[in-house]
Amino acid sequence: MSARILEVKSLKKHFPVKSNLLGKAMETVKAVDGIDLYINYGEVLGLVGESGCGKSTTGRTILRLLDPTEGEILFEGNDIAKYNKKQLRTVYRNLQLIFQDPFASLNPRKKVGSAIEEVLYVHKIRNAAERKEKVKELFEMVGLRQEDMDKYPHEFSGGQRQRIVIARALAVNPKLIICDEPVSALDVSIQAQIVNLLNSLKNRLALSYLFISHDLRIVKYMSDRVAVMYLGKIVEIAPAEELFSNPLHPYSEALLSAIAVLKPGKKKKKIVLEGEVPSPVNPPSGCRFRTRCKYAMKQCSETEPQLKCLGGEHFVRCYLH
Amino acid sequence: MNEKILKVEDLHVDFHLGDRVIPAVDGVSFSLSKGETLGLVGESGCGKSVTALSIMRLLQMPPARITRGKILFRGENLLNKSDEDMRRIRGKDMSMIFQEPMTSLNPVLTIGYQISEVFIQHQNLSKEEALSKTIDMLELVRIPLPERVVKQYPHQLSGGMRQRVMIAVALACEPGLIIADEPTTALDVTVEAQILELINQLKSKINSSIIMISHDLGIVAEVADKVAVMYSGRIVEYGDVYSVFTEPKHPYTKGLLEAIPDIDMSRKKRLKEIRGVVPYPDEIKEGCRFKTRCDCTKEDCMVKEPPFLHVGGNLVRCWNYA
Repeated sequence: MSARILEVKSLKKHFPVKSNLLGKAMETVKAVDGIDLYINYGEVLGLVGESGCGKSTTGRTILRLLDPTEGEILFEGNDIAKYNKKQLRTVYRNLQLIFQDPFASLNPRKKVGSAIEEVLYVHKIRNAAERKEKVKELFEMVGLRQEDMDKYPHEFSGGQRQRIVIARALAVNPKLIICDEPVSALDVSIQAQIVNLLNSLKNRLALSYLFISHDLRIVKYMSDRVAVMYLGKIVEIAPAEELFSNPLHPYSEALLSAIAVLKPGKKKKKIVLEGEVPSPVNPPSGCRFRTRCKYAMKQCSETEPQLKCLGGEHFVRCYLH
Repeated sequence: MNEKILKVEDLHVDFHLGDRVIPAVDGVSFSLSKGETLGLVGESGCGKSVTALSIMRLLQMPPARITRGKILFRGENLLNKSDEDMRRIRGKDMSMIFQEPMTSLNPVLTIGYQISEVFIQHQNLSKEEALSKTIDMLELVRIPLPERVVKQYPHQLSGGMRQRVMIAVALACEPGLIIADEPTTALDVTVEAQILELINQLKSKINSSIIMISHDLGIVAEVADKVAVMYSGRIVEYGDVYSVFTEPKHPYTKGLLEAIPDIDMSRKKRLKEIRGVVPYPDEIKEGCRFKTRCDCTKEDCMVKEPPFLHVGGNLVRCWNYA
């Protein structure tokens, strides 16, 4: 068995936006346009980028909530990109998801205890007493009280709801959890509680995470390695420590310099990017970042740079390196 | 620098919802000098936006009611002004930048119309004069091709561009006071950097005072001179940005700062949590509002409201310093 729980190879997800008279797509949004990444067992891979860069689409496509246009998704060595619904059900015992908005991801008419029981039922734990016991155990694990099982989602605060969503994801003993902005909807004082919970669960249950977020501080804190996405492509991927201390792609450099420091005296130089993210319908030729890049050269507009290994696990997609 | 442009004294705002009275702002006082930036921080529901809307007199009443206090703007109490007077002041002497640029611009009017309206209303300019000033404003907030943008509608612009338009509207008459309510929360990090830089540059150009409302401590650290930390309708700590960030005194301020992983923080270190949840403002009837989540409560905290105390350079509402 390889050390990789997940390996994604040239994954693409295009959405048709305009079609001609015959219903054939004329234009497509290239939300995810050929990305490669892997996650080792027990590892946290952070995925950062700005809105519209395709990070959530990547997460959803890996989960097969969206069907990939092209590419392979190797989960524990099996390509799940072409699995049918029935086959996927077995995959979902090991692969789970935590959504951003805990207000939208729980059924408001269902008691939270039974919402989790349902997951167990679907995954073939048919003994009612056994299910109750398991829910009890899960509630304890995420720091909720047993009495809470008989409450409805609206009776909980945002942080507690996110705990319920985490309990539901853990119900099937997954190995990999895709966390899509798991703390973005929460207040600062509550964020820390959930981040700590995710960290301790990871250590206790030997989980792997794909941690998608736009909050760079939290990604840095959570991740072993971090991938930076821009307009549907990964532009840099490196161990977290290394990326944050020595970003090599001009986009990563600008993105990371935009993090506000918490010490008012220590103002660092920000790299303020000009212009805006181009449309993913017609991305620029060659390097996608060249329209905003201050180092752009002639060859950047001609051919697209490849993701190049700079030693160890540091990969960059840029002609400067 | 010491001329006070705004003084808020003992402001109380209640919301009446059926039988329930929620004290959203409960005795807030602060002042703002000319050219100064005050960062107002706190979590959702702490009363920071309600404070801002009270100053602008934009609160919907009912359900809200200002029950006590004064808002002195250039020495005059805004709470005694008529609606007509307020219309003349808003947009001219004070203005507001809202969080969501999509919902705060009118979708069926052109950008040009929405900005030139400010000049026509407040400076009695003709349509043509107003339009040429509008183009100047758009240039000032660095919108490319302003002659084209004035004919466009909000949906044709990106989020960052729309927020620039909002800033152009707010700055049109060079107001003495600008209230920015989470001006970059809806924007991406790199666009946020552009907007913050713009606000800082424009501020030094027209020497306005700014109240910057945010839940993001990083932004406040970057732009503010003074900081007020709000919790459950009250200011719990107030001081200049250096002393609040480097030597926070109130347990809540300390907790907030430690709850964020700084960029050089080790992964092995556990984040400090503030236990429990934010209480509703009407939940805690007596004593310190933070008592249910505080790790250093004393007897007094349970029953008596802490006074505002001078500790170092800061004002702190906590019994531990009494």
